[in-house]
Amino acid sequence: MDFNLTEEQQAFRDEVRRFLDENLPPEEERDEMFQLKWGKLVREKRWVGFSWPKEVGGGGGDIMEQAILKEEMANRRAPPLGTCIMGLAWVGPAIIQYGTQDQKGRFIEDILDAKYQWCTGYSEPDIGSDLASLQCKGVREGDHFVVNGQKTWTSLAQWAKWMILLVRTKANTEKKHDGITCLLVEMDSPGITVAPIQNMSKQPFFAEVFFDDVKVPVANLLGKEGQGWQITIGALANERSGISEVTGLLRELDLLKELARNSQLGGRPALEDARVRRRIAEYETRVAAMRFNGLRYLTKQIRGEPLGSETSVNKLHTAHIEKYTAEFALELQGSYGAIAPGRNHPIDHGRWQKEALGWCTAVIGGGTPNIQKNIIAERILGLPHD
Amino acid sequence: MNFGFTEEQEMLRAEVRKFLDSKAPLEEVRKIMESEEGYSPKLWDEMAQLGWLGLLVPEEFGGVGLTWVDLTVLLEETGRSLYPSPLLACTLAVIALCENGTAEQQQRWLPGLADGSRILSVALQEADDRLSPDGTQTTGRREGEKLILRGEKHFVPFATAAHHFVVSFRNSEQPDDVSLAVIDRNADGVEVADTRSIDTTKRFGVLTLSDVAVPEDCVLGESTPASWPAIARLFDHAAAAVTAEAVGAAEGGHALIVEYAKQRMQFGSLIGRYQGVKHPLAEMYVDIESIKSLLYYAAWCLDESPEEAPLYVSMAKAYASDAFTRIGIDGIELHGALGYTWEYDAQLYLKRSKWVKSAYGGSDHHYDRVADLGGF
Ligand SMILES: Cc1cc2nc3c(=O)[nH]c(=O)nc-3n(C[C@H](O)[C@H](O)[C@H](O)COP(=O)(O)OP(=O)(O)OC[C@H]3O[C@@H](n4cnc5c(N)ncnc54)[C@H](O)[C@@H]3O)c2cc1C
Repeated sequence: MDFNLTEEQQAFRDEVRRFLDENLPPEEERDEMFQLKWGKLVREKRWVGFSWPKEVGGGGGDIMEQAILKEEMANRRAPPLGTCIMGLAWVGPAIIQYGTQDQKGRFIEDILDAKYQWCTGYSEPDIGSDLASLQCKGVREGDHFVVNGQKTWTSLAQWAKWMILLVRTKANTEKKHDGITCLLVEMDSPGITVAPIQNMSKQPFFAEVFFDDVKVPVANLLGKEGQGWQITIGALANERSGISEVTGLLRELDLLKELARNSQLGGRPALEDARVRRRIAEYETRVAAMRFNGLRYLTKQIRGEPLGSETSVNKLHTAHIEKYTAEFALELQGSYGAIAPGRNHPIDHGRWQKEALGWCTAVIGGGTPNIQKNIIAERILGLPHD
Repeated sequence: MNFGFTEEQEMLRAEVRKFLDSKAPLEEVRKIMESEEGYSPKLWDEMAQLGWLGLLVPEEFGGVGLTWVDLTVLLEETGRSLYPSPLLACTLAVIALCENGTAEQQQRWLPGLADGSRILSVALQEADDRLSPDGTQTTGRREGEKLILRGEKHFVPFATAAHHFVVSFRNSEQPDDVSLAVIDRNADGVEVADTRSIDTTKRFGVLTLSDVAVPEDCVLGESTPASWPAIARLFDHAAAAVTAEAVGAAEGGHALIVEYAKQRMQFGSLIGRYQGVKHPLAEMYVDIESIKSLLYYAAWCLDESPEEAPLYVSMAKAYASDAFTRIGIDGIELHGALGYTWEYDAQLYLKRSKWVKSAYGGSDHHYDRVADLGGF
């Protein structure tokens, strides 16, 4: 065991720190002009797509340096490295691994430059956790696939220019996973209709997407016909050691402590109350466990061992923390906890209320806790499928 | 950055596991735990010959001079096997001597610890069970060249097996003015009684000191005696050692239930197919992984980054105390009535979890410390 950085890694960390000292103003001074400038700067440093190969425009960095970069950025609350959210998270990695030269040329630079957003068409009205049973149909006709069916809960659908879409191109295959194909679809293709859905805070962040005889050129087939499942699993597993989330969660806990310091309980600051202190200490311990889990998994990756289902461990911790810390914050606020979030909320503009109504993305999107437990039980412990 | 074990450490793990699997399977453990001594002097000797009792003892005193991380590997495996032995007691004595003893004192006691001929235990806790400086009320009064100890020590690991005890005592009313001395089990005024532990693989007892005269050269450090920080560090090592054994034991108990869930049929199906069974098993896996991560980092801190050690030791012990408690309980429930029997092994893990829960601080104690050390 050795938690020291090599000389090169230290030099890299120092370079990142220097860059942040020189280019990152305090949070309240970060206006739109700054955001634009920041985007260009980090792109020039090749820190967007840091670990992607140089040939496609990425940074060609190794995973250890990537971890350093992300931790330093998160420590300073820097804006994200690149703003094409799903493009960077899974579309890009999938295209790099399975795409044709032509596809790499058409899409990767655009993702790095955040020319537009991508969205993800996996879930359907009847298909959620059991994604491999999806029904949206794709039929090959000459140099096109013709797509018919519906997707739902599609985040960013109304703003995205492209979608990574899973369709069934073969019915009744022996394993349902084998009939699935991955297509890259332009959102303004004729036959696509987007109907926004409001979430519980009335924000229309996701949508239903209807496909009515939508033609998708074969040039936009990702990988081979029937390879869609494999591509999806690979892409979702990308980026999951969970280390970069930890810094964000630690900051949440700092804010929670701040709140407890300023809240009264029995005539004293709540942070002096033993139960409050233990609760927060428990959250801190859980986040520390996540950090060290992440470092152990990172070590495995560095040693060349593939990451398997271990990443579900940290996903479950994240779900726990996301669900319960905001709840605890509301408890600390007493009756003020029940006031709706917004400018007029007397405590932090209601940031905790917003979170208490907003944890679903982290907890439900990308596989619910029950599904993560199934993954651990079946793939790691070898228990029978249910 | 490398957060994994070395090849040598993995080899040590494999050797220890092989040794314990062949020489101390659970049938044998049951015999040992019901014996008078509570450990097997024969296996103790064999472990000494393999160098495992002297892992932390410097080479010049007959040991192999390895690190706390190496020891953690050994303890995880003795924990997995629920192996009954005074290893924890002796380990803490080694730390007390290495950190506080003079060279002469180290020469006097360490070789016997490394070759297994001497068993030393540590007597740090008292009847009020406080792990703070005021938890030491045993007094050390000077009478000429002698120190006179008076008091009662509780929860002394493997007290009945020990030849000597490292005892904490109070020099004055000053809160931190506490020191350590090594006393002989056969000295006048020393009385040892076994306290029956729920977990009979873990013995502990009461040490009564009725005006025991201790030569000055048995006070650790002699002219520069240890004070509270040294004892606090011993408690940290103790909590880390308990957690290491807890991880192994939790994993052993978990493996037993997972295997059972793959064999037991009810309602025409293996019970491991039901989520009421498989999900708790997955949660246990999450907990075990997380204790490991916290523990390994804490172990590394004890070797390399002592300032950070108290915080991470407390995080690991707090998490382990709660998680292993759940694993112990669910482990019984998921076996049905079989789990309630003497003959089936699930009960052994449950009982171990009861010992782990409180040994050197339960979760409340350690979460309080996390809060204090985290500055809130
Ligand atoms: C904020 C947000 C953004 C999203 N964005 C997208 C997106 O961009 N693109 C996209 O394709 N999808 C998106 N989703 C959808 C998300 O992937 C699904 O909601 C998720 O996979 C669960 O599917 P479901 O909602 O149909 O629930 P279901 O699968 O119907 O599950 C309902 C409940 O049953 C439980 N359950 C289901 N199966 C099992 C089982 N085998 N064992 C035990 N319990 C089970 C679940 O845990 C859950 O509690 C988003 C969801 C959210 C909340």
